[in-house]
Parts: sequence; structure tokens; C-alpha cells
Amino acid sequence: MTTDLFTRRNLLAAGGAVAVAGMSGLLVPARAQDLAPTRSMRGGSNNYRPGAPIVDRIGGGGFWMTGTVRRAGDGAPLEGQRIQVWAHTTEGHERDERSHGATLTDANGVFRLEMPQIVPAFGQPHGHLAYDSGEFETVFLRPVMSSARDTTLEVHFVLQPA
Amino acid sequence: MGRTRAILIWGVLAAVLLIPVAAAAASPLLQWRQPVYIAAGFAGIIAMALLLVQPLLAGGYLPGLARQRGRRLHRWVGGVLVLAVIVHVAGLWITSPPDVIDALLFRSPTPFSVWGVIAMWAVFAAALLAAIRRRLQLRPRTWRLAHTSLVLVIVAGSVIHALLIEGTMETVTKVALCGLVLAAFLKAFADLKVWTSRHRRDA
Repeated sequence: MTTDLFTRRNLLAAGGAVAVAGMSGLLVPARAQDLAPTRSMRGGSNNYRPGAPIVDRIGGGGFWMTGTVRRAGDGAPLEGQRIQVWAHTTEGHERDERSHGATLTDANGVFRLEMPQIVPAFGQPHGHLAYDSGEFETVFLRPVMSSARDTTLEVHFVLQPA
Repeated sequence: MGRTRAILIWGVLAAVLLIPVAAAAASPLLQWRQPVYIAAGFAGIIAMALLLVQPLLAGGYLPGLARQRGRRLHRWVGGVLVLAVIVHVAGLWITSPPDVIDALLFRSPTPFSVWGVIAMWAVFAAALLAAIRRRLQLRPRTWRLAHTSLVLVIVAGSVIHALLIEGTMETVTKVALCGLVLAAFLKAFADLKVWTSRHRRDA
């Protein structure tokens, strides 16, 4: 009986096992544990007015800003988070106070805020959103609509505890 | 050149310059913009229209404005072009200061603003080069090459800037004006033989 550990057969088997284990680690889908925080976008904070009031809707409505707020890492939905929204709309410029408003997320981390129709300004039809309440790190977003005729814009936040 | 032909050329040029402006004046976006923002937009459109006039003057293509008279008007129109660019940027600044500061610092999220700012600096540089031409004492060929190189940056930058923007300009007239600006520049560039010395040009 041989006591040699490093036979050709053992080496091949061990090497194969290591390779399979390594590959399978790469092939497993990204787990919720790894959910990366949303980064602020360039120009996201332009014309921001801190402390926009929580409103049922901004102006006359007709356009829906929707989205979700989740926690970085495990992806748990975050309830009661204040999301501030502003844009150049049919009722006002980005800088105008009446173009700004805020809403809170529900138990599923979902927010929906009705506002006037966003129209192209500074070359693109775009909105601005902010999470800036302190508990998590501040995030400013500036999503661009795929078409100026869209009547909704969906935006997702993944927040990192501050 | 016949009188009829002259009238025809001026008529076509007037139409080519005015139709994009008229089409932009009918833009639905205007109803949601303040006067200073509207003025800034039209200053940009007028600047683009002047970019079409400049090579036509430099090349002496317009009836009654051959060579020296065309060149003299080219300088004046260049001055108006600089003013139009300043009004364009200043009006946008008043409308939304952070967006214009981002653009000027090349950190804007919108790709067209980079091209616009590059074209703006090239306009200022080309005009400055013309203003201090005598003091520079460059050889004519060197000066011409420098001025034309800046104009190439202006034309390319402005056309890309305009095409990428979703604004008050109507799409068909915008693309047509951009195409004509490019064509007029290339025509004058080829005819004036910018890259050769004077005696070879006149030969």
C-alpha cells in the first residue's frame, strides 16, 4: 500500500475540486447582502432648496415621480424616508419654490409623488431627487426621461447608513 | 453677376437664416420659459445662423460683397457672433447658475455642454486673433492657419452641441442649418486654399 499523497490521480482530483469550488463562487448570482449604495449623479443637487415641504402633490399634477428606497447591503425596504423632488415643469422653473416638494416612502419602501409635467430644460427632459435627511448618507439624483412625452419617471435609491 | 441671380442668392440666404429662427419661435417649450431663458436660446440660434454667414463672407460668395467688402463685413459679423455667444451663456447663467457653472468647469452631466463650451472658447480665441492680427506680426499663412483651425473647432463643436440638445429648435431645420454651416465652412476652406502660401493661391 502506497503512502504517497501526491499521486498524479490525487493531484488531478484535488485541482479539479478547487477549480469547481472557485468557479461556483463566481457563478452564484449577486446576493442581496452585496447591494451597493446609489451614488449621487453629476448635477443632481443643482437648484436644490433644502427642506421642501411634504405635499400631497406638487402644483396641478399629471406626472408621476415614483420609485423605491432600500438599504445598502441587505436591500431591506426603508419606510418613512423623505424624498425631495424638483424639476422644470409646465408650471415653473427648477429654481421656483413651487416646483419643489417632498413625500415619504410607505411600508414597502415605495414613494409616489404627483407633480406637473416635466418639460425639457437645459437640453434634456430631466428631474431632480434628493435624500437628505441625515440618517443615511445624502444622495442627489438627476434622472433623464427617455422621452419628453413620458408621464412617469421611476427612480431607485439604495442608501448607506451615515 | 446678374441682378436676378443676386436677388435669388440673397433671398435664399435670408430664408435659410430665418426659417430655423421662425421654427424655433413656434416651439411649445417657449410657453414654459421665462423671457431671459428664451432670449438665451435665441441668441444661440442666431449665433449658429451667423456661423453660416461667416464663411460665405470670407469666401466672397455673396453678391456685392466680393473680397475686401466681404472681409470687412466678416469682421463685423464676427463681433456680433461674440456678442451672441456672451448673451447665450449669460442668459443661461441667470436662468440656472449651477448648470452653467458645471458646464464651464467641464463637470456637467450633459455631453452637449462640453462641446458648447469648447466652441465658445474657440470663438473668443478666433475673434481675439483677428483683433490683434497686426500686433502679432505673423506671416499671413500662419495667421490664416491659426484662425481656420479655431474655426474648425467652432464649427464642429457648435454642430455637435446643437444636434445633441433637446431644445426649442425644430429638428429638421436644425439639422439642415448644421449641414449648411458645415458645407459652407468646407467650401470656403477649400476655395481659399488656407494651407498654401499667398503666391501659390494667386497663381
